[in-house]
Amino acid sequence: MTPLLSAPGEKMAAVQDAPMELDSEKETKPEILSDGTSNLSGNTASGTLSSPPLTAGGAPKQEDQQTLIAVLQFLRRNKLTESVDILRREACLEDQEDSQTLDGSGGGKGDGDGGDANSLLSRVSIASAAAPQSTLTPIPVKNDQPDVSVVLSAYSQQGDPSLYQVYYTGLKNFIESVLDCHRAELSQLFYPLFVHMYLELVYNNHETKAKAFFEKFSGDQECYYQDDLQILCGLTKKEHLKGNEALLDFRTSRFVLRISRDSYQLLKRHLQERHNNQIWNIIQEHLYIDIFDGMPRSKSQIDSMSGSFAGETRREVNKAKVFYGLLKEPEIEVPLDDEDDEAENEEGKPKKKKTKKDSMGSKSKKQDPNAPQQNRIPLPELKDSDKLDKIMYMKESTKRIRLGPENLPSICFYSFLNAYQGLTAVDFTDDSSLLAGGFADSTVRVWSATPKKLRKVKSAAELNLIDKESDDVLERIMDEKTASESKNLYGHSGPVYGVSFSPDRNYLLSSSEDGTVRLWSLQTFTCLVGYKGHNYPVWDTHFSPFGYYFVSGGHDRVARLWATDHYQPLRIFAGHLADVTCTRFHPNSNYVVTGSTDRTIRLWDVLNGNCVRFFTGHKGPIHSLAFSPNGKFLASGSTDGRVLLWDIGHGLMIGELKGHTDTIYALKFSRDGEILASGSMDNTVRLWDSMKAFDDMETDDFTAATGHIPLPDNSQELLLGMYHSKSTPVTHLHFTRRNLLLAAGAYNSQ
Amino acid sequence: MTEREERRFAEVPRESIKLMAESSGVELSEEVAALLAEDVCYRLREATQNSSQFMRHAKRRKLSVEDLNRALRWSNTETICGYGAQDALPFRPLKEGELFFVEDREINLVELALATNIPKGCAETMVRVHVSYLDGKGNLEPQGTVPTAVQSLSEDLLKYYQQITRAILGEDPHLMKVALLDLQSNSKIAALLPYFVYVISGVKSVSHDLDQLNRLLHMVKSLVQNPYLYLGSYVRSLVSSVMYCILEPLAASINPLNDHWTLRDYAALLLSHIFWTHGDLVSGLYHQILLSLQKVLSDPVRPLCSHYGAVVGLHALGWKAVERVLYPHLPAYWANLQAVLDDYSVSNAQVKADGHKVYGAILVAVERLLKMKALSLTLAAEGSGAGLPGTTTGAVGFRENSPGLSPPSEPLSEPPLGIASHLQAGGAGCPWEEWTPVSLPAMYCELYSFFGDSLAVRFSTGPPLGGATPPGPCQPLEGRKEPASSAPNLENTRKMPQLTASMNISPRQDGSPRMEPQPPSLAATVPGRSLARSSSSSSVSRSRSSSSHPGRSTSQSRDIFPKARFPLPQAGPPAFSFIIGGRQMGRRCQGRRFQTSFTPTPPLTTHPPRAYAHKLPVIGRVSKPVRRWTCSHYSLHLPL
Repeated sequence: MTPLLSAPGEKMAAVQDAPMELDSEKETKPEILSDGTSNLSGNTASGTLSSPPLTAGGAPKQEDQQTLIAVLQFLRRNKLTESVDILRREACLEDQEDSQTLDGSGGGKGDGDGGDANSLLSRVSIASAAAPQSTLTPIPVKNDQPDVSVVLSAYSQQGDPSLYQVYYTGLKNFIESVLDCHRAELSQLFYPLFVHMYLELVYNNHETKAKAFFEKFSGDQECYYQDDLQILCGLTKKEHLKGNEALLDFRTSRFVLRISRDSYQLLKRHLQERHNNQIWNIIQEHLYIDIFDGMPRSKSQIDSMSGSFAGETRREVNKAKVFYGLLKEPEIEVPLDDEDDEAENEEGKPKKKKTKKDSMGSKSKKQDPNAPQQNRIPLPELKDSDKLDKIMYMKESTKRIRLGPENLPSICFYSFLNAYQGLTAVDFTDDSSLLAGGFADSTVRVWSATPKKLRKVKSAAELNLIDKESDDVLERIMDEKTASESKNLYGHSGPVYGVSFSPDRNYLLSSSEDGTVRLWSLQTFTCLVGYKGHNYPVWDTHFSPFGYYFVSGGHDRVARLWATDHYQPLRIFAGHLADVTCTRFHPNSNYVVTGSTDRTIRLWDVLNGNCVRFFTGHKGPIHSLAFSPNGKFLASGSTDGRVLLWDIGHGLMIGELKGHTDTIYALKFSRDGEILASGSMDNTVRLWDSMKAFDDMETDDFTAATGHIPLPDNSQELLLGMYHSKSTPVTHLHFTRRNLLLAAGAYNSQ
Repeated sequence: MTEREERRFAEVPRESIKLMAESSGVELSEEVAALLAEDVCYRLREATQNSSQFMRHAKRRKLSVEDLNRALRWSNTETICGYGAQDALPFRPLKEGELFFVEDREINLVELALATNIPKGCAETMVRVHVSYLDGKGNLEPQGTVPTAVQSLSEDLLKYYQQITRAILGEDPHLMKVALLDLQSNSKIAALLPYFVYVISGVKSVSHDLDQLNRLLHMVKSLVQNPYLYLGSYVRSLVSSVMYCILEPLAASINPLNDHWTLRDYAALLLSHIFWTHGDLVSGLYHQILLSLQKVLSDPVRPLCSHYGAVVGLHALGWKAVERVLYPHLPAYWANLQAVLDDYSVSNAQVKADGHKVYGAILVAVERLLKMKALSLTLAAEGSGAGLPGTTTGAVGFRENSPGLSPPSEPLSEPPLGIASHLQAGGAGCPWEEWTPVSLPAMYCELYSFFGDSLAVRFSTGPPLGGATPPGPCQPLEGRKEPASSAPNLENTRKMPQLTASMNISPRQDGSPRMEPQPPSLAATVPGRSLARSSSSSSVSRSRSSSSHPGRSTSQSRDIFPKARFPLPQAGPPAFSFIIGGRQMGRRCQGRRFQTSFTPTPPLTTHPPRAYAHKLPVIGRVSKPVRRWTCSHYSLHLPL
């Protein structure tokens, strides 16, 4: 495999610099990454920030300013004065600092924004005056704790703390009195306001008042926020706020609400009439209200999209073009029979067109209009063995069973027995010949799922003795003495949370609690590389469908893109507000999807590191993700037992599959995408009619514009089957090339 | 509000903090303790919340100590050691001080090391595969049954299956008949075959219920007769079910009132039927059956009813089987049987009665063996032109057609040809004689030494065809009257003693299965066999005419019959003499004595002795009440 990153290499270098520096300089967890890096990791050099602009309008937005200020401060602290100057100049920050122009053109919303810009800055400086560093004036590095987060998230003291309850009650009464259609929308305000007001009380050392406030209003919040409330209620001291990343994120990021224009006007009028500045300020500072024209949404619509840690998705975020189509398959001549030599697959021979993986997609030779350019991401060239495998794949797929509601797959359950140490991750190779398990005792075990035993390559000395010219040299290099059904891989020093086979079956990746990702050779069954970068547990890792690249995500709230021959990451995808719990590659390898404990899903562009899709709607940490084989759709499963279906192209939620009663740890589409299988901790495998789910949805650009579509509650119709294991949670699902469903899990004797 | 929180969360009271501080030598003020307590609570909660992440990623539901330790490591806190055991830790209160603590017992390492119980979790981790087959509708296929992945049952078939089984195993005899008939002729039930075979294999679970066993055997018969079914390897399963009925000491046989003998006879018939029609489907079936029969016979521990089953089984398989297995085994077995028969104690009565059954069965078997052997010899001597009517040997020979003599390799071709084929086979040369270990006279002598005068071979002649039908159905006792109507040829060169018994089975016309219209498959065999056993040419022709394939007989065999038939009457008027059996042994046991009481009975009015011819068909007359069975030959020896 040759290094293929010639084009993005330089860019990558630029990208790498900043985050790596951060990592190295901050020995504690890089909190700054939480928000700042999402921008940094894009490309700082080009000046475009990954976080999209607020609304239409030319002026730099507040949060950008905030970010810049924070960055400046960071640079200053590290005595990077040159960078400070450059940044200030390029961002025209001084101008704005001095003459903050009012933006009067933005309609109602714009008013609020513009009027607020100055007050924000002043407030920030007031607040940070309490903390011994002021924001903008260059200050010598005399302070030991120039906490950037303080700059970003200081709560100013506004009004009498004892009146908070009154404010909140007033708003509550108002919202309850408005028309039904508006009430549901405005009710979204409760939770973020509640949290911010509570935190503000805590922040300003009004402990008892905070507790009283919490007691009084925590019961009003939506049930899916219970987990957060649990965390919140334990937090009663300002000191606690410091170490709590989750709440830091909450403060630094703006909670996004999506409200129709009518409802928003109603709210605004009310608050202005009442002169309820306290609440208005919080809304202005900490919330982002995405106003849309049209009918207010219903309660169920709102509920289906909310639940994430940071509110809903802004519509703008999902506007970016995503090339979700599949890459053109390399043209490989299919030999008529097995005896044909693979070496003949060269140009000039009559070609037989390889059938596409998806039956839904076009089979024409033309490039899929939605597909990325073939070389958008440099991909490894096919080796002979890869071509051989492709041919095997094609042959197998001709024997594939066409699944459907009338024709469900048989299920083959691989039970791990005696796994007392705890099975934490499972993966199958694409051809279902190998099975890998990651265990809590730091081991990785590989089993052969076929009668063929696993053999190591002979030692170097022995290899010297064999005849390299012989036809069966590949057979001769294997050491027959080492043949066994399974092999153990030792090397990690913590539970192995993720395993992933390379597509060519030569490598295995494992990610562990010890903060490393390891690459193992399946020829020698030894560790080849340990990729260090995540300083905290790495929850998941996944190989690109074309090999070479892989992605990992962990407790440090970033996902990293690696190439097997680089010891440092090529990209850092930062933006999640909590742990990245699972990572998957898009079938065309141009995108990476990550699911997080912050209950959101993000789709990242591998090319430039941008977040191109941001999905909210889950009510719990996301533990499983699966792309449909045609690359158009995404399924996600979470601890709340629901599977959500997403249209990547339009950036919309298009389905909700309810039924599981526990965390969904495994999701997989059948090879043709007709069936979605989900496996859960509730010991069941459920099969869903994904074709129907996708076909029923009318998604076009128009519906995409509104950002939401009515979701039918048809889980029961879509559920095709439910199959129980006795006492085995389903950890992994896999469809063989002929569409037999394989499931795996550890038998739980208790 | 604090109270409410306390209810939600465990809190560390400031007193505890103070205590802990004191234990490490630090004096804390009230405020500090309060602050610390609160902070400790918060940190604990935080650690717990963090640890739940590890639990989730380990895909567990149970939070472990290890999870908490990892969370502590995140916050640069020292981990807690010593609580890694998987067992639950008992948390105990101490009354006096309101203290709670985890019990920390001292562990005797020596004991632990020398403990013999194998600790949990030391087995190798492995992967096992379990497959759930889904049919088209997403239903799970039952595990362990015949996989029907290829053929899924349609709704209709399933209904048919349920109806049929219900009808056959149900109470209504009429329904059962209809169901059996349909099972015999339905051409679309191939998919159900495994299910029926499975049902039939349930004989083992109903061994207490003769009725059910009978019904299941009928089901076997119907399946075997169904010309559209290819039994394939299911033959083996069917045979094992039938063998069970023949050989096993059924629970039903405990009660002497239960006529399990009939069942065994019927099963034996069925066995030979299956074997002759489908024996080619499974290689080595013949020898397997012989082996298992032999095993039962040579096992003295087995009850007599099992031995009886073995004998009738052998008998049903043909005289070759008798010659090969029963005959060589007889000397050894005889001693045992004799011991039983000679025991006059009251307690032995039942066993003795059983012994008589076995005795009778053996007698019948060896009689036929002798006849067949004689026939085969005659045929061999005469060649294919065995039409010499004048010689008595010929008369013996041609009448006794040997069933089941042909090698198993040609069972299907042979039986349909009936007599002709036997004759041909016999004339063609002698595959049968090759393995005849004992010459006929020697065999006779030996057998005579066992059975004495009971051993008789009938040389009966059939009465003219127009012979009146029997005057009436036989009464149960009629069997004893031994209406040996045929005329034995006393001038038989062999000088074989008289016939013992030849009973008139009156219901031949009305009830004998032989008379029933028969589907081709059965007709192919049973008539052949019955013909073979018929001692009268008239019965031969009758059965031939009644059988469905008269045309099959070759002209050659047609020649033989008339020739054989006509001379016989000329040979002299029928004369009977009844010889007391068992004399040879020097004793007259009860079982044999009754034969002496026979009076010579209506000579020619009754049908010619077709005892042998009737035997098996009578056995097969299952729909008839058992009472009739007493007319059968075997029952002669039932000392009531």
